[in-house]
Amino acid sequence: MNITEIIVVSLIKIVLVIVMILVAVIFLVYFERRISAWIQYRIGPNRVGWKGILQTTADVMKLLLKEDIVPSASNKTLHTLAPIIALFVAFSTYAVIPFGPDVTIFGYQVKLMVADVNIGVLYVLALTSLGVYGITFAGYSSGSKYSLLGGIRSSAQMISYEVSMGFSVAGVLLLSESLNPQKIVLAQSGWMWNAILQPIGFITFVVSAFAETNRLPFDLPEAEPELVGGYHTEYSSMKFAGFFLAEYANMIIASAMITTLYLGGWQIPYIDKLGLGVTLTTLLQVGAFFLKVIFLLFFFIWVRWSIPRFRYDQLMSLGWKVMFPLSIINIIWVACLIMIFNL
Amino acid sequence: MSLYDIIFYLFAAITILSGFIVVTSKNIVYSAFSLLFTFFGVAGIYVLLGADFIAIVQILVYVGGILILLLFGVMLTNKITNVDIRTGTIHVLPGAVAVGVLMGLLLSAMVWTEWKTQPSETPVTTTVTLGRLLITDYILIFELLGILLLIALIGAASIARREQE
Amino acid sequence: MLTEFGKIFVFVLLAVVFVAIVIFFAKLIRPSRITHEKTKIYECGEDAKGSPWVKFNIRFYVVALIFLIFDVEVVLLFPWALSYKEYGTYGFLAGIIFLLILGLGMAYEWRKGDLEWARPKITPPELKNTSNKTEKINS
Repeated sequence: MNITEIIVVSLIKIVLVIVMILVAVIFLVYFERRISAWIQYRIGPNRVGWKGILQTTADVMKLLLKEDIVPSASNKTLHTLAPIIALFVAFSTYAVIPFGPDVTIFGYQVKLMVADVNIGVLYVLALTSLGVYGITFAGYSSGSKYSLLGGIRSSAQMISYEVSMGFSVAGVLLLSESLNPQKIVLAQSGWMWNAILQPIGFITFVVSAFAETNRLPFDLPEAEPELVGGYHTEYSSMKFAGFFLAEYANMIIASAMITTLYLGGWQIPYIDKLGLGVTLTTLLQVGAFFLKVIFLLFFFIWVRWSIPRFRYDQLMSLGWKVMFPLSIINIIWVACLIMIFNL
Repeated sequence: MSLYDIIFYLFAAITILSGFIVVTSKNIVYSAFSLLFTFFGVAGIYVLLGADFIAIVQILVYVGGILILLLFGVMLTNKITNVDIRTGTIHVLPGAVAVGVLMGLLLSAMVWTEWKTQPSETPVTTTVTLGRLLITDYILIFELLGILLLIALIGAASIARREQE
Repeated sequence: MLTEFGKIFVFVLLAVVFVAIVIFFAKLIRPSRITHEKTKIYECGEDAKGSPWVKFNIRFYVVALIFLIFDVEVVLLFPWALSYKEYGTYGFLAGIIFLLILGLGMAYEWRKGDLEWARPKITPPELKNTSNKTEKINS
């Protein structure tokens, strides 16, 4: 491939991924509302479009046309920048997620990921740690007590769980010997999914992912009974939509990361034994990746509407006293596993 | 000037400009915010040098850790928004001399050092090589780093605890 | 490798541009009728009292400190994890000693109560001794 072809192919992939995120978020919000309605024995949105499928689009339109109210006590620059940072972080993590194996389209060898970086997993971790800024700046700049408390709570929560997230990832690296997401996926061929080999690490990672995305049962930053809207109390119109979009985009990236690191990514165990054609296999594998992600997203929603919120001291002690030691135990477990079985 | 050079100067400009804002900004939160870009610029230069692991660590530790700590420290001090945090300029002459000497040292180092000029091939994965070195040649340093961090942890926590009382 | 990072750079740039365009576009089409009442801070309908920048617990700062140290430890552990398989028992011991030192710090923090957060005290409602009153009434 010469340089122009690389540029064109990359640009196509980038645009495709960004469009995919937007469409996925719009559907995810709709599904969340439908599933929550189903869990709570309600009807849910069902008027706009077929079975209410255009509800989110209508909501976005509404938010676009809403007046943007910036409180006079706020710091206006940071107030505007905060949702931009949140969205930027949520979007840019998608660059390294492998959606499938390398494919050949029109004679070109194409990787089903935007950028195949050697340190992909660390890149995601680093950008996740940037997510704190959007929330901290939002809390700080709003000039409201609720926002500040929500922002600070949230940043302390996110950094606490980031530690156990990092240690869980170290367990995965022990087995895969690479930071490249595609190689981590390839290391989990057959039944050797990391979720099976290191169940403790899987649990700590999933719990940390929930805490990082500020989803219930860890959504203390926006606990309505005590903090109104937390850090987005003073946000309206498109800026609020920005935070909303970022939260759901983060949920998708968390699911994609869990799939890549622990559930074998796009792999289907023993699919090569079936003797299907290359095209069909690839299609099935890409489908498998999306199915796994969709299942995890359903799990996110399911948990949200089933489990009550933690108290703040419970949240912090769960992070530091349960998840953190468990993730260290997981590293030792995997190290022993490799020693004994020469995996 | 190749594309590589342009990108290098872009990152260098980001680093220096935001560093300048860090020093001169009156609002301390703006300073913290522009420090974010300084760290990013440095990370970008690391990437250009082929040190991918160092670049990501720069973001992970400096941006994701140290700067957050700084922001928390800033937010802990009460009534920070409307107060003009400007220290003013004192000791202009000694300051100028110190900066001049430092700059001279750096410049002379830049001029006299024999830089490697041959195109260096970028290693495929720096992280694994780093790990090998940490386990074999620098094993003692690896463990000592652990002890150093332990000391830092105990020291920091005990100081914070004293202030709490 | 540089081209891959270049792709990330382009991706990030496009993401920022996209977000900026959306926010700018929204600015063009939305109304702006700001009144004094609208720009007040929301505090459940009351006028906001005092500075919004309340002083918060120093515990948050301590947590950030502890996080920073462990963040550095994770970063050091990553290269070890990547080349662990090549060295067998030797690599195992190197990592375990490092993890033990780390665990020591953790144990210290735990023991000294730096990981504790203020818990809501559960005070059983005190039943006021009303027997005197009832006696008085009865008498």
